[in-house]
This record gives sequence, C-alpha cells and structure tokens, in this order.
Amino acid sequence: MNNSANALSKESMSKVTNVVVAGLGGQGVLKGTDILAEAVVRAGFDVKKSEIKGMSQRGGSVTGDVRFGKQVFSPMVTSGEADFLLVFEPSQVEPNRHFLRPEGVMITPDVVDAERLPSKKTLNVALLGALSAHLPVPESLWLETLKSGFDESFFEANKQAFQIGRATQSNSVR
Amino acid sequence: MKDQNRQLLSGDEAIALAARHAGVALGTGYPGTPSTEILEVFSKLGGVAQWSPNEKVAMEVAIGAAFAGARALCTMKHVGLNVAADPLFTASYTGVTGALVIVSADDPGMASSQNEQDNRRYAVAAGLPMLEPSDSQEAYDFTLQAIEISERWQIPVLLRVTTRVCHSYTVVQSRSDSTPAPEASFARDIRSRVMIPAYARPAHRRLRKKLAEIQAWNETSKLNPVIAGSPMLGIVASGISVMHAREVAPEASLLKLSLTHPLPLKQIEQFAKSVQRCVVIEEGDPYLVDAIRAAGVRVEGKAEMYRFGELDVARVKRILNYDLTAETSPPPGKPPQLCDGCQYRVVFEALRKRDCIVAGDIGCYTLGVLQPFEAIDSCVCMGASLGVGLGLRHVLPPDQARRVVSVIGDSTFMHTGINGLVEMVYNPPATGHVLIILDNSTTAMTGHQEHPGTGRKLNHEPTNKVTLESVARGIGVERVFVVEPRLGSVEFERALDESLASGELSVIIARRPCILIAKELKRYEQQCECPK
Repeated sequence: MNNSANALSKESMSKVTNVVVAGLGGQGVLKGTDILAEAVVRAGFDVKKSEIKGMSQRGGSVTGDVRFGKQVFSPMVTSGEADFLLVFEPSQVEPNRHFLRPEGVMITPDVVDAERLPSKKTLNVALLGALSAHLPVPESLWLETLKSGFDESFFEANKQAFQIGRATQSNSVR
Repeated sequence: MKDQNRQLLSGDEAIALAARHAGVALGTGYPGTPSTEILEVFSKLGGVAQWSPNEKVAMEVAIGAAFAGARALCTMKHVGLNVAADPLFTASYTGVTGALVIVSADDPGMASSQNEQDNRRYAVAAGLPMLEPSDSQEAYDFTLQAIEISERWQIPVLLRVTTRVCHSYTVVQSRSDSTPAPEASFARDIRSRVMIPAYARPAHRRLRKKLAEIQAWNETSKLNPVIAGSPMLGIVASGISVMHAREVAPEASLLKLSLTHPLPLKQIEQFAKSVQRCVVIEEGDPYLVDAIRAAGVRVEGKAEMYRFGELDVARVKRILNYDLTAETSPPPGKPPQLCDGCQYRVVFEALRKRDCIVAGDIGCYTLGVLQPFEAIDSCVCMGASLGVGLGLRHVLPPDQARRVVSVIGDSTFMHTGINGLVEMVYNPPATGHVLIILDNSTTAMTGHQEHPGTGRKLNHEPTNKVTLESVARGIGVERVFVVEPRLGSVEFERALDESLASGELSVIIARRPCILIAKELKRYEQQCECPK
C-alpha cells in the first residue's frame, strides 16, 4: 500500500480478468478454482480467489471467484462483470448467468465430449482446459499446476482431460 | 516469481503460517465456519493444536498458556466468542505474561451461521486491542503484529476476520524475522491473576491505562496508512471493505484502518478535514461511524439497508452514490440438504410421522428443517435444544408437552449440551423428556473435526474417549438407549415410542458414523490398533 500502487490502480483495473466457476457441492468447483488461481499466480499475476464454504458442503450450489491481473483489490466478482463463467452442472447455468458480462464467455459441460474423458471425475479439469485456451498462461504452467495440485497418480488422466478441453472451440453464449 | 516465500494462501492459512513462524506454543479452539482451517493448518505445519469441547474452555486453556509466558492462539467463529465471553472480559483485566491472540471469524451475510453479529463490539466491551486484516498478507502480518502488541502491553489481542478474508486466497510473502518465542515458566503474580474485587479494581484501571497507551501509539503507528488521492472524496475503511472501496473509487483518498480498537481518532479527524466529502465504508454494524461521530468528527455513514449482509463492489458503489433503490437478489441456487444416504433421514422421518415438537440444535441435522422433513421447530444456538425443549415441556399443556423432543449432535452435545442434560435431570418436566443425540462420530458440518466423544485428537491421533452413554448415566438419566438408525430397521422408532410413552427422562443415542468419513474412520481405527 503506497502512493505508486494507487497511481497504478486505474490502469490495472482495466486489465483484471474475472472468472466465476459454478457447480454443486462435490463436483470439484473449489479444486477447479485452486488450480486456476495457482496457474495464474505461477504465470506472475496478482490473483485473488474467493469462495463460500460451509453449508454448500451438503450438495448445495457452490461458486468460486478468481480474479487476476497486475493488481487485484476485491476478491469477489461483481454481477455482470465476469469475463468467463465455467459451469460444471447444467442446472447451475441460470442461477449464475447474471455474473457474465454481455460479451463474456460461458463454458458448460457440453463443450467437451464426456465419452472421451478418462473419467467422469475429470470434467472439472477438462473445462479448465477449455478455459485455458482463452487465458495468457502457457500450457506448461497449467500442466505443472495439475501435477502438483492433485495426487501424482491422477496426473495422466488429468493431462488427457485438460488437453481434450483445451482443444475444443468453447461456445460463447449470450 | 519462483520465490519460495510467495504463496497463494487463504486468510485462515496465513494466520496459521504466521502463528507457526512466531513459535506459538499452543493453539486452541472449537470448529466453526469460517475459522476451522486455522488450527487444522497450524497442526499440519507442525504446531500443537487442539479442539476443546467449546470456545469457553478453549479460551481458558489459551489464557493458562499465556499466563505461563508462552505464545497462545485461540480461534473460533463469531458466535463462539459469545460462549467464551466470560473468560474474555476478565482476561483483559488479568492481562497475560506471554501472548494471547484471539481470532474471531465473523460471518456477515451468514454463509454458514445463525446470525451476523459484529464482533468488533466485543473489542470495545471487553477492552481489547483489535486488528482487522483485509487480505491474506495482512492476516499473516497482523497475526505477528498481534503477538507483538500482546507481549508489549501484556494484553490479549482480538484478531477480527470475516468470511471473505478467511476463505479468499491471496498472495502472501512470508518472512522469518519474528522475535523468538519465550520459554514458558511460571512466575507467581497473584494480584494480577486472582480477580477478587480488591485486586480486580486496580486491574480495571491498569486495563484502561494500557488502552490509552495503545491508542496514543496507534495514532502514529504505521498500521493505518493513508493512500493519497483526490481531496474531493475521502474514504475511511477497514477489513475487506478497503478492497471493495479501492476498486470502486481508485481516485479517492483512503484512510485504511487496521488497528480498529482503540481507534486513532486524531488521525481520523485530520484525514476527514483534509477531504471535502468523507465516507466511512464498513460491513455490518455502524461501529466505526458511530465511534468517529461520537468523537465529534463529521463523516458520512451508509444507509441502514447496507447493514444487512456482506458488502461487495456493487454495494459500495451504491453507498457512495446514495443509492437507496431496492437491490435485486441473484436467482437462488440449490439449497444444501441432508446427504442421500444420511442416517438422520430415518430419524427426521420418524419425528415427522409422530408430529413431534422438535427443539433442534446446530449441525448438519439442522437441515432436517428443510423439505421433505420440515421436522425441526427451533434452532437458536449451540446446545439450546435441551433448554428450549425443557422450557416447552414445562409450560405446554400435557398433550402437547408429551410430543416435545430435543435433538442434538454428538459434537454439539459435548460443546454445551451436557449442561442442558444436567438441567434436565435437576428440573425434570412433569411429562418427562426425550433427548435424542445424533452420534455420527464427528463434527460433520464444519468439515469432520474430532471432538471428545471420538477418542481422537485434532490431528486424529488416539486419546481418551468421553462416552455419551456413560455421561448420560453418570448425570443421572436411567433410561439410556443406544440404537443404530438405518433404513429398514425399526430399532430407533421403537426406542422413540417407548421413551415418548414413558413420561420419564430418556436419552436415545442414535449412533452411526457419518457416511462421508467411512474411509477415514477405518484408517484411524487401524492406526489405533497398532501396537503402542
């Protein structure tokens, strides 16, 4: 916190990228935001990640916000300001659509062919892969993060799911 | 970027890391969202941490450690501080020899709580210095700062955090320049620590003198920086509100308050005078704005509608724009529910079928209030199921009184249910009473923490086990049933019917481990069986 930080703030604000990840308890929403936040931090960005835990553990709706850029202040994504909305469960599209900015990109499970995934559990990683195609983070950093973020034994499956997602043309909705 | 000390941490993790770096000798607490992870992470980092049966006991254990000259950390959620308020208000008189940092994790917006009380009021009421971090870096720095203040003025320090600070991950640069922790050693100091009136009177004066000194120090400390900006708009903020405000009004001058009790009122006055319009941005109660106005400083506050719930960027924008129009609420998500295979479903179906009047408690099972069960009639605070159920039984006409049951979880029973059970035996209602303890062998709602009834410590290593049925019998309940609630079994319903019909005092322990931790439980049990 100093004067120079303030001078930067206006410029950096315009460069903050907002991502909202939504799903249901148990779908790996928070793990997904962990991986995303860790990957962008490794790429040298300032990052803030916000999540609401607690009763959501019992199968309820879960959302996680990741914001990154040169300097990030608030950890929460404002309604109508999300550049990307990742939804792991179709029923959670409508409740979270309000987060997306008009020109924002929504990524839903139907962008990947579930049959091709190594397992149902890797859907979150596949959707991260689809998101990754839009973000200024090299693939090597993503893979590094996937390697350290999960048990090593899952890495091959996660890598495969990630690359399937990354190769898709994400559908831009709205 | 490859800096080993640069990490993405939650506020809770940052507090734990700082406590570890500062050589905190003992961490105590009771699980409660959003505070739970602090002690869990502190333990994983190698610190000595333990769950107490409740926050009052946790606070007392921490006070003892601090009397012995050690550095102690005591963590809880906001409502936990109500339970621990008794020792808190006198620990400020006794002071401490080592350091005592008390973390109060508030939950504005009630992500997972029964109220959204603003615990900044406790700092004022008990007379404690209070620090409010706004991100994980400050959660780390202010934990170290709290230890310094505690040791310098020999006073417990309140580290007040909120859900967004506890559970947001931000970049933390850790350091290793903390002063070495002192060795614990007992030095007798009867007049400071024995609060009979004759010693407490001077102790109160000592406390006020310490607070006056801390206030004077705070006026010129570096803890409350001014971020220079336009003289047209000045913002005074603390905690997470600082971040929202900086985002909404990057051009504004901002006084960022960190040590928010006792307040640096002279500094605030000077700041307010330096700008044309000065607005206080704070979440929850109008704590700052009231205190600043009481000091005769002209500042704007927020409209009453913004007292409710969390603040965010959109709401701070509205406050600055005097926007009083109705806020649109986002579409509702899917509410939480009892797990599909949860053993409590059987219990709530049975209670519903019998039209029982159910005094409930705090835990997963509170979800029995939602559809399809709608089988809980009250939930006030930890342990209240006993007292509320007994009160209902005492005054209701007999035909209604006979349908009243109290339902409590195993961890909540250990927390403050035991006291209620003593009340039940001491003041039995004319129609008797039925207590159902839902024993799933864990503190499930907060993420499966151990408690005295599991026979395992915070780190899951074996310890002495407090057995529910022994406690109930020991307190004097003669009719104690231990049953396993599961689909297809009438065992639970039979015990319930017998108890309801008896007109006497009964305790039904409905025991079946939470299905979510079946794997872990097996692993812990195997560890226990290892030769000692």
